[in-house]
Amino acid sequence: MYLRHGTFAYLPELTDDEIAAQVRYALLNGCPVSVEYTDDPHPRNIYWEMWGLPLFDQDEPDGVLAEINDCRATFPNHYIRVLAYDASLGRQTTALMFLVQRPANEPGFLLTRTEGADRRQGYGVRSYATSASTGDRYGQE
Amino acid sequence: MADGAAKDRWDPGVQKYADMGYYNPDYEPKQTDVLAVFRVSPQDGVDPIEAAAAVAGESSTATWTVVWTDRLTANTHYQAKCYRVDEVSGRPGEYFAYVAYDIDLFEEGSIANLTSSIIGNVFGFKPLKALRLEDMRIPVAYVKTFQGPPHGIVMEREYLNKYGRPLLGATVKPKLGLSARNYGRVIYEACRGGLDFTKDDENINSQPFMRWRDRFLFGMEGVNKAMAETGELKGHYFNVTAATLEQMYERAEFAKEQGSVVVMIDLTIGYTAMQSMSHWARRNGVLLHLHRAGHGTYTRQKTHGVSFRVIAKWCRLIGVDHLHAGTVVGKLEGDPATTRGFYDTLRDDHIPTNPANGIFFDQDWASLPSVMPVASGGIHAGQMHQLLDLFGDDVVLQFGGGTIGHPLGIAAGAEANRVALETVVKARNEGRDFLREGPDILRRTAASCKPLEVALATWGDITFDYTSTDSPDAVLTASV
Repeated sequence: MYLRHGTFAYLPELTDDEIAAQVRYALLNGCPVSVEYTDDPHPRNIYWEMWGLPLFDQDEPDGVLAEINDCRATFPNHYIRVLAYDASLGRQTTALMFLVQRPANEPGFLLTRTEGADRRQGYGVRSYATSASTGDRYGQE
Repeated sequence: MADGAAKDRWDPGVQKYADMGYYNPDYEPKQTDVLAVFRVSPQDGVDPIEAAAAVAGESSTATWTVVWTDRLTANTHYQAKCYRVDEVSGRPGEYFAYVAYDIDLFEEGSIANLTSSIIGNVFGFKPLKALRLEDMRIPVAYVKTFQGPPHGIVMEREYLNKYGRPLLGATVKPKLGLSARNYGRVIYEACRGGLDFTKDDENINSQPFMRWRDRFLFGMEGVNKAMAETGELKGHYFNVTAATLEQMYERAEFAKEQGSVVVMIDLTIGYTAMQSMSHWARRNGVLLHLHRAGHGTYTRQKTHGVSFRVIAKWCRLIGVDHLHAGTVVGKLEGDPATTRGFYDTLRDDHIPTNPANGIFFDQDWASLPSVMPVASGGIHAGQMHQLLDLFGDDVVLQFGGGTIGHPLGIAAGAEANRVALETVVKARNEGRDFLREGPDILRRTAASCKPLEVALATWGDITFDYTSTDSPDAVLTASV
């Protein structure tokens, strides 16, 4: 399967120049940017691991790109995403969120069903990858 | 006590409303007053000031004749005051009447009570040819007595884990007649193709061809399969509109138990039922979508009824998470400036007076959650740059025919819309002049995306270009 995650889930993978352009847009709008990674891409897994603290007080995307590349080097088989955060009153939430790396092989999700009475079903979405232990889900790193 | 003026005011019989205190050009509205501006069309020969005073009177304490029992109350406190009357520029015989109501006239947190006063008997008042409620200022003191939207835009995005772009939806078509099994197929295909939501239409409730429970079961099968295939959260607005509130609760509970993130109601259920469902939605963590079914009967014509900007304010107070607010470029009524005013009213925390957009008063929402506007009706992928320019990120763009009518199938239609949206958002963020370059951006993207290529070939040049009936009469002339 091909994981659909984030603002540009249906576009071709962004190049580093395109990533830099999106980061620049976030910085111009006063949004600090952060980098997160995971090997559990379940749609309800909100809390990916933080690659350090959000990068406050950046003017140019270069520093952010360096962090993305460090994260990629450390976790070559993880999902990695970039988030921009809008701290303005009334928002105080994520402004932009897009993938910058995905594993070569994505096994996808199993839809589980638990049959109940009167035709009800209890549904669950389970990631095939998470049946392996963390760190061993998308190949050794 | 017994001076001449006071005695005249209380003489039995019929008196002019203006003379009874319902017109007071010296009155300075208080911060806590509810303010309203009406478009008044007096019958021939009726003085506009007296007509405006009558509107203030009939929407507050007055009846047609003097009653001595007024003297048992602090009547000047309770009577509404018309404090300003303007001629409407370019519309002879029409006047904007500004009326102030003391907050004590209204029950806390009740839209039913507010509207029974403001749009009660007064709209049938014989000395007026027509009457339209153009706008209201809800004071913060009254705003704070309402729950407001169950979740609001920010919470909806955090719930769905979707940021930085408009959300996408589609209304299942045909509106009527599909069996539950076929209906669920449309939901599945549209969601797996790339839409965030699908939607029941306003008149899908529980008819002989498809009962609600069957629709909910097959629909959730489609939603869940699409989530597993894409790894994204999906939702279908299950319309729980029914004959009684008890039935609506039953349907909403079932949708919740089956894992739906959202349910839907129609405006036709009435303000009280809407407020009840709003509280249910907050209590149960389910998003609440409102379809404004029926509003065109009283919002569209300029001279009579209630402007949709007022309905939008009431809906924000009542508390819905989604509200249809127009597309400008689609098939339904929508002057650009007027529509802009609706969107501002639903999304912003402070909306300044802006006659060009039909906004007559400053409105503060005091951090009341915001409502996600929905643009639906005759829009397609080829308009994506215009839609993003008009509405920005916080909107649900709904392509019903533009998804389901795609020649390569529903999933391809959904993909075309999603790809078109993301490519225009990306171009905007890159600092490009995406409105001007939009057609070119879409064409280039379509070169490597067959579904988008086919969508543009099918609908690329479809527009609905008609004159709007509901445009602002922006330029105000001097007071009468």
